[in-house]
Amino acid sequence: MNARCEYLLRLGDDALILGQQLGLWTGHGPVLEEDIALTNIGLDQIGQARAWLTLAGRFEGKGRDEDQLAYFRSPAEFRNAQLCERPNGHFGDTIARQFLFDAYATELHAGLCQSEDSDIAAIARKSAKESAYHFRHSRAWMIRLGDGTEESHHRIQQSLNEILPYAGDLFHTDAVAASAASEGWGIDPSSLRDPWNSHVEEMLKESGLMRPESTSERTGGRIGQHGEQLSQLLEEMQVLPRTYPKAEW
Amino acid sequence: MRSPNDWVSLLETVPDPEIPVLNVVEMGIVRSVECPGNSIIIKITPTYMGCPAMDAIADDIQAKLGPIAMEESKTLRVELVYSPAWTTDWLDDAAKAKLEKYGIAPPVKTSDKRALQGEPSEIHCPHCKSKDTRLVSLFGSTACKAHYQCNSCSEPFDYFKCI
Repeated sequence: MNARCEYLLRLGDDALILGQQLGLWTGHGPVLEEDIALTNIGLDQIGQARAWLTLAGRFEGKGRDEDQLAYFRSPAEFRNAQLCERPNGHFGDTIARQFLFDAYATELHAGLCQSEDSDIAAIARKSAKESAYHFRHSRAWMIRLGDGTEESHHRIQQSLNEILPYAGDLFHTDAVAASAASEGWGIDPSSLRDPWNSHVEEMLKESGLMRPESTSERTGGRIGQHGEQLSQLLEEMQVLPRTYPKAEW
Repeated sequence: MRSPNDWVSLLETVPDPEIPVLNVVEMGIVRSVECPGNSIIIKITPTYMGCPAMDAIADDIQAKLGPIAMEESKTLRVELVYSPAWTTDWLDDAAKAKLEKYGIAPPVKTSDKRALQGEPSEIHCPHCKSKDTRLVSLFGSTACKAHYQCNSCSEPFDYFKCI
């Protein structure tokens, strides 16, 4: 498989899986406004996923479109960061996951706006506006919960402690990432770690939250290693098109 | 035989499905109309990547303009483009006035990075025109709107997010 296709699958799968997770909040938000917020963010992610996967399919050159890539790949073929497939948990868990992703996505999309591939740059410029808005939302909630009551502080700290190790995949570097940077159509995600860290540090300072001590990172998503959560999510997401492959709606 | 401008005029009869007070041209969704050979190619761009109205808009355009194209023995195609990225700067003053009259507070600033991250400051209530309003939620009834409430008349209202 060529490097550009592989790289685009990573971008697309992150957005797709996170978007699908956020969609599960429909009707379950803690308040109506946040129900709408989380599902709106999910919708943006799905929109971004469609664009990245369509492009991935074009570079793959086997005639697969966004739907075929989303619905007819097995878990081991998915390239999303493990962070994105982590369970929604309670509202704080979802917000902590979203914050770590948004802080990365704003930097990623800003960087990809400079891509020499005009299609990648176009999708990035569109996505950059959305991820900046998402970041504003998740960051505000991290601060509000961290700097809120004793209980909200304690619970969001727990959420952060649990999710932080999963951020490792976001900065995964390998031959694909190296090609992206050297050929000018993408960026090496490892270069995003410092700016991402600054966002995290700023948030910690404002929210009064602490960086957890043990941060040994969990990785493997980019090479198809995933938790059972992803299998369950895909099973639900893929059951209809797999049962009725020619269904249209 | 219609010119690209004639087709734009026809597109002005297609309303935005979510904000029917504006048509797809006023919304800035229609980016170009080209008429090479026997085809008419209309390029549209989404306000937001996941905007669920995009498919409906493409279908509406096809339903309304497709038969007219057929009268000229031409085929009409609607294509989706992402570049340049849609911005609220494309809503002109007339469109903004229509939004306000419809009960949606129009975007107040140009879409610089500051406006994206900072709190927009001067959002008028579209009902009583008071400036004393508050943000209820960054996200509203559609992807392109945020949810506000007026402290003067207590009415909730949508604000068209500035991007």
